[in-house]
Amino acid sequence: MLDAQPKRFDRLPNRPGVGYKPQHFADIMQDAGPVEWFEIHAENYMGQGGRPLAQLRYLAERYAISVHGVGLSIGGEAPLDQDHLDRLKHLVGWLQPARFSEHLAWSTHDTHFLNDLLPLPYTNATLTRVCDHIDQVQNVLGREMMLENPSTYLAFAESTLQETDFLAEVARRSGCGLLLDVNNVFVSATNQNLDARAYIDAFPLAQVGEIHLGGHDEDEDETGAPLLIDSHGKPVVDPVWALYDYTIQRAGARPTLIEWDNDVPDWPELAAEATRAALVLDKVSP
Amino acid sequence: MSVGQTDFTAALLDPAREVPEGLTNPDGQPATKRFDVYRNNVASSLLDALRTGFPVLRKLLGDEFFDAMGGIYLRAHPPATPMLMFFGQEMPTCLAGFAPVAHLPYLPDVARLELALRDSYHAADATPADCSAMATMSADQLLALRLTLAPSLKVICSAHPVVGIWRANMIEGAPAPTAQPEDALIIRPEFDPVIERLPAGGAAFVLALMAGQTLGNAVEAAEAQFTNFNLTPVLQMLLHTGAITEVLNEG
Repeated sequence: MLDAQPKRFDRLPNRPGVGYKPQHFADIMQDAGPVEWFEIHAENYMGQGGRPLAQLRYLAERYAISVHGVGLSIGGEAPLDQDHLDRLKHLVGWLQPARFSEHLAWSTHDTHFLNDLLPLPYTNATLTRVCDHIDQVQNVLGREMMLENPSTYLAFAESTLQETDFLAEVARRSGCGLLLDVNNVFVSATNQNLDARAYIDAFPLAQVGEIHLGGHDEDEDETGAPLLIDSHGKPVVDPVWALYDYTIQRAGARPTLIEWDNDVPDWPELAAEATRAALVLDKVSP
Repeated sequence: MSVGQTDFTAALLDPAREVPEGLTNPDGQPATKRFDVYRNNVASSLLDALRTGFPVLRKLLGDEFFDAMGGIYLRAHPPATPMLMFFGQEMPTCLAGFAPVAHLPYLPDVARLELALRDSYHAADATPADCSAMATMSADQLLALRLTLAPSLKVICSAHPVVGIWRANMIEGAPAPTAQPEDALIIRPEFDPVIERLPAGGAAFVLALMAGQTLGNAVEAAEAQFTNFNLTPVLQMLLHTGAITEVLNEG
């Protein structure tokens, strides 16, 4: 294992970052352009060594890193997977990233990892469960985490709470921060027939430590209603940029990540998305 | 009415199952196509992970067959951990018992080789030992040594020409595989694992070293498998790939 700890960055700058992809390593070394920090998916760096950890170490010596987990299953009915929590603790302990975040979703059931961010009903029972799991994560990692709002495609008849109220209450009870994915807001609001700006208005923006922007696909359901799918495989669309602008005007500048995980473009196209985020951030005080 | 994650998961993995009651569109109506988004996300992302992880199997089977088989596999053996880079551990066993590919008996070993390459890629780093002293040792001194080998070193024994099959599918201009059985040694000099063809008895020799045997005992293990085992080329292979990370003198 790599034992020396990389230089530590204590915070993410209120500037653009991108999700790190190994194919961009050489471009980044040459000139990262507008990109001032990077996010990695925790699970891709849970091997013992080799190129992934060597590249991560190089990045972490030069840039603030945000670690984004996709496998903790915080919304799961079952207890958290202790082995996975231990792996995460090991990675976070070595890397000392500026931030760690996970999702308001579940992904594991009965030892099967399903590799998707699955939805949960918003009730008092799930609220208690999610808070308990976050307490456990924050205790094990010894740091505050952030929880991200999901893209949702359907609703639960049993839900009694709005997603914004649910997240605000989670943050209040557990002391965690929030990661606001503006594309997810746009996707969910469209799919749930809600007003995206009203969602932003209701969101506890003071708790937001990071923002995500990404692309989505467009489809429709069997009734002909629009059905947007969070795909992270395209540029951010104009209405999402407008919603981002709306958010930044209200929240102030925040670390803003471009997520592009599928059909990953060449570096200049990804960097251009980061430049666009920088222009929005430039309009407010840092 | 509450939708449990057991029912949700069962319906996710089985497209023939009804969408659980209590999942709706914004008008409170059943949400079949909306549920299908989750079904598709799960199946397509896991299939992508299999495609990435088994490039040679995919070439051997063709995209269409691989995808159909992958769809069966991912439902029968969903990942046991969120580390998708290790997804597919049951593929060799699964292929060995899969009647439609019974006429391709080498597939399970190709799958084992591809899994070993991934293991090697993510294995712990190690620094090659300074082995220069070995050149001036007597035969007795040499055979009394124990060697620690790099964590990225893997051995795959096969009754099929796995190395030739792998090379023919992954390296442009590589010769067609022979009909001879081949044992493979996988080692990662820096970041990219390489595959070497082990000579007869070589696999038994390396496996004995990995188990902590002396060089002398490892040679005996190799000779038990192949009477005319020649130590030199295997030792050279270990030396020039940087596989030896520690040289321990007996006693």
